[in-house]
Amino acid sequence: MSETVTPARETGTNEAAVPRRAPGLPGLLNRSTLLRHLVLAVLAGVVLFLLTQQLDPFRNFQLATVAAYLCATAGLTLLVGMNGQLSLGHGALMAVGAYTVALTQNALADRGITGNQVLPLSLALGVLVTMAAGAVIGLAAARLRGPYLAGVTLAVAVAVPAATVTFDEVFNSEQGLSVAVEPPPLSLGLYFPNERWQAWVALTGALLTMLLLANLVRSRVGRNLRAVRDDEVAARLAGIHVGRTQVLAFVVSAASAGLGGGLLALLAQSVSPGAFSLTLSLFLLMAVVIGGLGSLSGAVWGAILLVALPDLTHDSAQLVSLPPAVAQRLEGNLPLAVFGLTLIVVMIAAPGGVQGLLRRIGARARRRAPAR
Amino acid sequence: MDRFVFLTFDGLSKGAVLAAFALALVLIWRAARIVNFAQGAMAVAAAYAGYSVTTATGSYWLGFGAALVGGLLIGMLVERAVMRFVDHSSPLSEVIVALGLVLVMQAVLGMIYGNEFLPAGTPFSRTALSVGDVPLLSRYDLFVFGAVLLVLLGLALLFTRTSVGLRMRASAFAPEVSRLLGVNVGGMLTLGWALASAVGALAAMLVIPTELGLHPHAMDLVFVSAFTAAVVGGLDSPPGAVVGGLAVGLILSYVSGYLGSDVTPMAVLVLLLAVLLVRPGGLFSSTVARQA
Repeated sequence: MSETVTPARETGTNEAAVPRRAPGLPGLLNRSTLLRHLVLAVLAGVVLFLLTQQLDPFRNFQLATVAAYLCATAGLTLLVGMNGQLSLGHGALMAVGAYTVALTQNALADRGITGNQVLPLSLALGVLVTMAAGAVIGLAAARLRGPYLAGVTLAVAVAVPAATVTFDEVFNSEQGLSVAVEPPPLSLGLYFPNERWQAWVALTGALLTMLLLANLVRSRVGRNLRAVRDDEVAARLAGIHVGRTQVLAFVVSAASAGLGGGLLALLAQSVSPGAFSLTLSLFLLMAVVIGGLGSLSGAVWGAILLVALPDLTHDSAQLVSLPPAVAQRLEGNLPLAVFGLTLIVVMIAAPGGVQGLLRRIGARARRRAPAR
Repeated sequence: MDRFVFLTFDGLSKGAVLAAFALALVLIWRAARIVNFAQGAMAVAAAYAGYSVTTATGSYWLGFGAALVGGLLIGMLVERAVMRFVDHSSPLSEVIVALGLVLVMQAVLGMIYGNEFLPAGTPFSRTALSVGDVPLLSRYDLFVFGAVLLVLLGLALLFTRTSVGLRMRASAFAPEVSRLLGVNVGGMLTLGWALASAVGALAAMLVIPTELGLHPHAMDLVFVSAFTAAVVGGLDSPPGAVVGGLAVGLILSYVSGYLGSDVTPMAVLVLLLAVLLVRPGGLFSSTVARQA
């Protein structure tokens, strides 16, 4: 899916520099960012739709999980990579979205409200509540820099799971809540695989997020974000309201994380504080760093990694026969170690991440190829 | 009233540990302008080393010593092998690398020791001694105060009275000039990390027996609280870290005593936000020019 969902290239062609061509589809695509992104999104949607037809249920579920993570990583890369605000609390923001969706779904199911409008309604509510939470944190964050902001968001990541224990009559403490999710609509057929339906729902959310974020990044707002990241004083002199821009980045980023969390809740059909621990926040950060900070395609790589790497380490651990006690200890911890190690190596050796490497390889290949 | 007195002493004892841990953060911040987000994981790793030695030899004190030496070594290793190579142009990269270290260390500890709580022993009884009818302090609390006080005095002497301390301060304030004057700036940086890590290890050894026990994540909340303490004190000031540590310890003790222990993480968040929004430089900061 990564090849198709790459709408936001930081080093993309500058519209102004493109010579005016005769009106036609290519010329129109070059001039209109929205149209170009729309075409890409539709293409990606078609390819993914065909893909979900081919994949078995387990792979479809994994694809859906990638899509849910992608919402969060795309939002996080907007915040960290493009606005320079480090958040270690995005796992907690996902928890806000997930719990909101869970509570809404259950409340609607209790009242006997069913139908196609339930899912979009609860997801939208999840996004709205997370946006509000993001606005509160963002208001504080806009006054903080570097390690201070990291410390506050770290405290958020630790406090939110604890809040589920404090208010246990609502959130049911450590056990969490199960989420009432309706089966796929009957119009799709009686034996329609649930996983494929989940993949459709999650992918729709992810494509929508990517489309909106890609447009945002290429707009004036996106340029403001980067200007604030690079030099606050210069940005202020250019008439950009620095604080407002930072809060906006946080709110947008929180909305994406909320959607991602809500989708995860729907996929797992349950929410619990353990699923949204500090480790998840660190994983998300790691994913965007390894994928390539500040590029939405890097967020795609990161989301794929988040699902693929535990799977790969699990499979490779299966290859070596180990005593069960050792295997059990390796099970959860090996991916963590691999993630952490990759994170350190990438930060030191290849700060551009996967996307940066690909871009470099692509540039080299282009130089080698004889110019036509 | 009894409860209040008890919570006060309990809070001071917790605060002493937080002060030590905050001091470790301040040491690295002063030496390298890095907030070491891996401090908690490093301290836990050292505490596990101490645990191993204690279970092998049966002696608490050998384990205690091993944890401190382990802390020194871990600090050295982290600085020499990882932090030295991090690009310092953006403050984000150091934080991110430190978080990578957290993931690696917690995972490796989980692989070796398993992800369950291991019981951690204490050298002294933890039942409170009573004055009159009021339970005040346990012998263990006294040990905590003594150990932290010793470390504070030792560090104060090191930095103000010895030539190594002078060189460490010089290389932190003006690395280029110090290098010209023949100070081994890189070595001083390593020493700073080693010292800070050992102090962190001490704090972990002191605090872990009073909580649920030894666990790869045992210091997560302690780290956040100690960070809050360091911020209250202003990140740059060792006396500030001590006062901040005691203050945060007291507040958290009252919160967990009167409202329940699961409110503590939220109280830390509120406290941290309040301090940063009201007085971002901390209570002990001097006015500095804004950099951006």
